[in-house]
Amino acid sequence: MKKSFDLKKFLSQNSIWLVLIVMVAGVSIARPMFLSANNIETLMTAESVKGVLAFGVMWAILSKGIDLSPGSVVALVSVVCASLAQDSDAVNRLLGEGEPMAAGLIVLIGIGIGIIVGFTQGAIIAYTKIPAFIATLGGQLICRALSKMYSTQPVSKLTDSFRFFGKGKVGPIPVIVIVFLCLFAINAFLMTKTRFGKNIFAIGGNEQAARVAGINVEKNLIMVYVWCATMAAIGGILLAGRTGSADPSTYGLNYELDGIAAATVGGTSHSGGICRVSGVFCGILIMGVINNGLVMLSVDDNMTNVIKGIIIIAAVAFDMRKNAKRA
Amino acid sequence: MSQEYILEMTDIVKTFPGVQALKGVQLKVRPGTVHTLMGENGAGKSTLMKCLIGIHPPTSGKIVFDGKEVQFKTTKEALESGISMIHQELSPVPERSVAENLWLGRAPLKYGVVVDHKKMREDSIALFEKLGLDVDPDAKMGDLTVAKMQMVEIAKAVSYNSKIVVMDEPTSSLTESEVEHLFRIIAELKAKNVAIIYISHKMDEIFRISDDISVFRDGEFIATDRAENLNVDKLIQLMVGREVTAMFPKVDCPIGDTILKVEHLAAGRAVKDVSFELHRGEILGFAGLVGAGRTETAEAIFGMRRITGGKIYKDGVELHIKSPEEAIANKIGLLTEDRRGNGIFGLLSIKDNTCMANMKAYGLPLSEKRMREDTEEYIKKLNTKTPSIETPIKNLSGGNQQKVLVGRWLLTNPDILIVDEPTRGIDVGAKSEIHALITKLAGEGKAIILISSELPEVMGMSDRIVVMHEGTMTGLVERKDFSSELILKYATSEEPYQPAGGNA
Repeated sequence: MKKSFDLKKFLSQNSIWLVLIVMVAGVSIARPMFLSANNIETLMTAESVKGVLAFGVMWAILSKGIDLSPGSVVALVSVVCASLAQDSDAVNRLLGEGEPMAAGLIVLIGIGIGIIVGFTQGAIIAYTKIPAFIATLGGQLICRALSKMYSTQPVSKLTDSFRFFGKGKVGPIPVIVIVFLCLFAINAFLMTKTRFGKNIFAIGGNEQAARVAGINVEKNLIMVYVWCATMAAIGGILLAGRTGSADPSTYGLNYELDGIAAATVGGTSHSGGICRVSGVFCGILIMGVINNGLVMLSVDDNMTNVIKGIIIIAAVAFDMRKNAKRA
Repeated sequence: MSQEYILEMTDIVKTFPGVQALKGVQLKVRPGTVHTLMGENGAGKSTLMKCLIGIHPPTSGKIVFDGKEVQFKTTKEALESGISMIHQELSPVPERSVAENLWLGRAPLKYGVVVDHKKMREDSIALFEKLGLDVDPDAKMGDLTVAKMQMVEIAKAVSYNSKIVVMDEPTSSLTESEVEHLFRIIAELKAKNVAIIYISHKMDEIFRISDDISVFRDGEFIATDRAENLNVDKLIQLMVGREVTAMFPKVDCPIGDTILKVEHLAAGRAVKDVSFELHRGEILGFAGLVGAGRTETAEAIFGMRRITGGKIYKDGVELHIKSPEEAIANKIGLLTEDRRGNGIFGLLSIKDNTCMANMKAYGLPLSEKRMREDTEEYIKKLNTKTPSIETPIKNLSGGNQQKVLVGRWLLTNPDILIVDEPTRGIDVGAKSEIHALITKLAGEGKAIILISSELPEVMGMSDRIVVMHEGTMTGLVERKDFSSELILKYATSEEPYQPAGGNA
């Protein structure tokens, strides 16, 4: 009796994985190439950056907020980091004559930019009660503009040591995928095994009750947006490393929407208080299968977006029904 | 034909799931009079009015209005037939103009489609002039004072040619001169043969304006009489008139040292002047009517509300608590009145709900095992009924949710536990369990502040009772002097409490 109950609960909580399995099965029957090691590597490498963003933005959604700035943070961080990592013999070197900075230091600077952006947005949201949508929309515009002001043109020819994070491999596995999986583990730990995680569930579920239970709501909200922007900064470092350049006007463009979509498909509730990192992980893979699989099936780009849109709306409709039933 | 009564409600019964709010009450209102409804919180006055105007149609009973039997299903029907209600909490559309609010949903039209703003404005001015109101129809509703908004509501009632206007605690947020103005308007309405049904707790104003007074108690009708036949003492007797049952297991336990000392506490408009001492092992009751500022006092002590005056000492050390986080660090707990609003995390499990205020104790990573043990301990201690500790708390009954919240606070091991309406809306069994628990906690040397609107509860449980009226402490009653009459007298009194020593 008890076992069958658990199975039912397990299935209902993980139904999103069934969707993924069905999609993978469908695509691989039509195009067996889909499951080749080569293609899986391509898919994972391509999705890692957006996936890292999704791991950030899910926190904002869990806290009953939203973050629209990650795509622009990717642009800002990638451009700044790229300029610091440009080879000394690059043509039109952005910072003039000079040696590239040590890779580790560049990474720290990139993350530092993320922290500053996140802290500013978080403090505005927590203390002025300006809706997160508005505060981060402003952040999005400002960060994009800052990166274009920093460099009017793409920055390329980056050192191999900096590109290691985006392009390197440990054995057969790309470093970028390893970073992505590590961040999955870190976020899962943070969300389920720490006070911070419990606090955000509480704030997203019932902010007033969280306050009464002694949670410092403002401090925790700031940390959410710092964390979210930090994830975006890591995304920017990975993207610059993977491509070996950074374009201030196109890098990270609309990435936040893919991140939000992945988090949402993965079961993160926009009414706050519900999120499972494994679900978001699955959501990222689903977006990946759509992006990659539909190319293999030679579906054109516009149709791909139509299908993406339908899947996002269907996922939320399904989730709302599930939650309404539980209420 | 001129009938004796404009409104006759007879044998009105209203049942909500699990509660019988009205047990066959009656009300007879004469035209052109002010008829006041009196009774303690929960006596059924507001419910009766909601039955009348169609918010909660009665389960059974007969309503005869203006000679015809009626049964309104919506407030709109009631309004169009001539009964309007001015609610205690007004709900205007704050961003629109006064005129638009006044004619909301029935704006005059030009050519059948376009709103005729000119006519709307003129009609508003004419209406305000008729009532002697000084309100600008173009002003934004949200910019008006509460008093002015109320005036607009009254004007709206008049514009519908209401024969009955119900006013629920209309003076609760008015200044004295605004009250005078309101009373003048009431007099004018009376002169137009409009009947006013007036709900209030303020004795002085009731006796000033009432023609008839009806008293209710525990959902039952007690009496109706002309105001001139009644006085304050008689009225209180009618309102209370019941014995304190033995449901409340007060066990005498030794009272220890002073743990909390509050001096002239003030917090904005809600709390003006409250001073008391709380001892270890003591249950200090807080009594008062709705709006007395008891909850707000608790919130001020607990750091949820900004303190604007006075001092708080715990164990002789002055506290400067600015957030619940700091209050908990100082070993103070608050079981809030609004369980759904700021108590439970509906989506989260019993375990998370239990441990939420005590997360600091579980280390990094959070010890799942100790959280589980603590939760199970308190489920057992408090006899909480739940399928498992992973069940979302929203699936539990109100009483069991309350037990989980009590467990949450006990887990923080507070020296002082403030419980605000701890048994509101929970069933009788859970209620007596919570009473027993509170008594037991006091026996263990904890200091308890018990806020309750149920007089029998607060009188049954407490060692002493602080009585408040509109933010000011008006009485402090020792257990040996407990009587409903005395507490109600303080609860309706305007006189600030003067300690025997006279050190105020």
